[in-house]
Amino acid sequence: MDLISLSPFDLSLAAGLVLLLAALSWRLHLGIERRILIAAARSTVQLVLLGLVLKVLFATTDPRLIGLLALVMLSVAGWEVMARQRRRFRGAWGYGIGALSMFLSSFSITVLALTVIIGVTPWYQPQYLIPLLGMLLGNTMNGIAVALDGLSRQAWEGRNRIEARLLLGATWSEAIADIRRDALRAGLIPITNAMTTAGLVSLPGMMTGQILAGSPPMEAAKYQLLIMFMIAGGTGLGSIAAISIGARRLFDGRHRLRLERLRVV
Amino acid sequence: MAALTLSRLQPRVLAPVDLQINAGELIFISGPSGSGKSLLLRAIADLDPNQGEVLIDNRPRRSIPAPEWRRRVGLLPAESGWWADRVGDHFITAAAKTASVASTASGPSTAANATRASAAPAARATSSADPADDNADRDPAVSTALPHLLARLGFERDVLDWDIQRLSTGERQRLALARLLLNDPEVLLLDEATANLDPSNREHAEQLIDDYRRQRQAAVLWASHDPDQRQRLAQAAGGRCLVIDSGQLIPEQPF
Repeated sequence: MDLISLSPFDLSLAAGLVLLLAALSWRLHLGIERRILIAAARSTVQLVLLGLVLKVLFATTDPRLIGLLALVMLSVAGWEVMARQRRRFRGAWGYGIGALSMFLSSFSITVLALTVIIGVTPWYQPQYLIPLLGMLLGNTMNGIAVALDGLSRQAWEGRNRIEARLLLGATWSEAIADIRRDALRAGLIPITNAMTTAGLVSLPGMMTGQILAGSPPMEAAKYQLLIMFMIAGGTGLGSIAAISIGARRLFDGRHRLRLERLRVV
Repeated sequence: MAALTLSRLQPRVLAPVDLQINAGELIFISGPSGSGKSLLLRAIADLDPNQGEVLIDNRPRRSIPAPEWRRRVGLLPAESGWWADRVGDHFITAAAKTASVASTASGPSTAANATRASAAPAARATSSADPADDNADRDPAVSTALPHLLARLGFERDVLDWDIQRLSTGERQRLALARLLLNDPEVLLLDEATANLDPSNREHAEQLIDDYRRQRQAAVLWASHDPDQRQRLAQAAGGRCLVIDSGQLIPEQPF
């Protein structure tokens, strides 16, 4: 099967669907037409830019350029995690917890996959590194954002029950244990669901893309599996890291709940 | 059996507080709402950041790990917190202490709590006496075994199976008191401990606290907005009444 190249005209037909959706939103008073259009415009600009950047990168294989792009991706993902928190940690922690946990999980797992599993040489070859890192960051970002949001929200609302345990002599870790567990679970549900229904209900996006681009379906399935397992591992490790740091940050050395370290946005 | 000393202790809205509460002594504090009674009690329990020092039997607080400190200096907050669905799950600390409770109050974190319970003082009144008999006694010995505490506060044993959502404010307050005494605290910090109780239950709670104070020689610091209660109990126990006036802790005018 050959790759059928999409013309700008083909894409504008598809974009017509988004316009139709925006018109419907306006007609039905949903009030999200502006956001739909901005989001569509953003994704157009971002993806075209990424296509251009990757085109240049694939040609050069300059590690510094690749590193720079990876860093930009990470910082945007860290920003996005913070932006989704209704109650953020004050100061550098608000950004740092999400970014650090994503760095720990996504980067280490991507490097592991590239060196051990796929065996690319050099391991930073952008054709593999950038898409893998992108898939991983995008998905761990979701999990970490959901988990952190659950932690800070429940701690805020559950002040009485946390302090009740502290007052009876519990350590900070015992006092927050059930909230920490809930938050982690919430962060891991999306990827668990995705793995459960993969191939039955939804055809995963990456696999679809590969098949459309002409790869043999079996190869596409194997890559999709690889990605899913990596995402599961990355989301798990990242959420655990974020929740551990976040939960610790909610308390001080005297096992006091310090909710003033959160701010409402 | 411990004395509590506040040395230049400073919660957020108060001037530094110096106060000595001897073992077995009862001190009431009062003052308009927002004057800082709760903040003072929270600061002593080390629940909010604060300056100054608190000593228990001349041993400074900072030399004692915070969880141990809060077990020994027990605070009953005005609004109690409940983290599980069933009443009994909040008494798990007691499971290791009282074998009879273990059957009803077992939960996933029992093992984790067992180490904590074993750290509590081993000396304890035996719970062999039928708790129902205690009501007849003029001056019953206070045991901090759970069945005994529940009976003295007017609960049947099946309260452990109750749903937290079903409890009235007063029931929560009495159960929170039982939960606190189960820890065998050496000092009691009570924040409106009987504010939501009807006269009969209030009397039971007052009696239990009084017995506990005398028999354990516990220092008691009690924030109460009820002038009648302060006068009645302070006179009976030879205690003192203090009032917070514009951030200062001063003796209350005689009634």
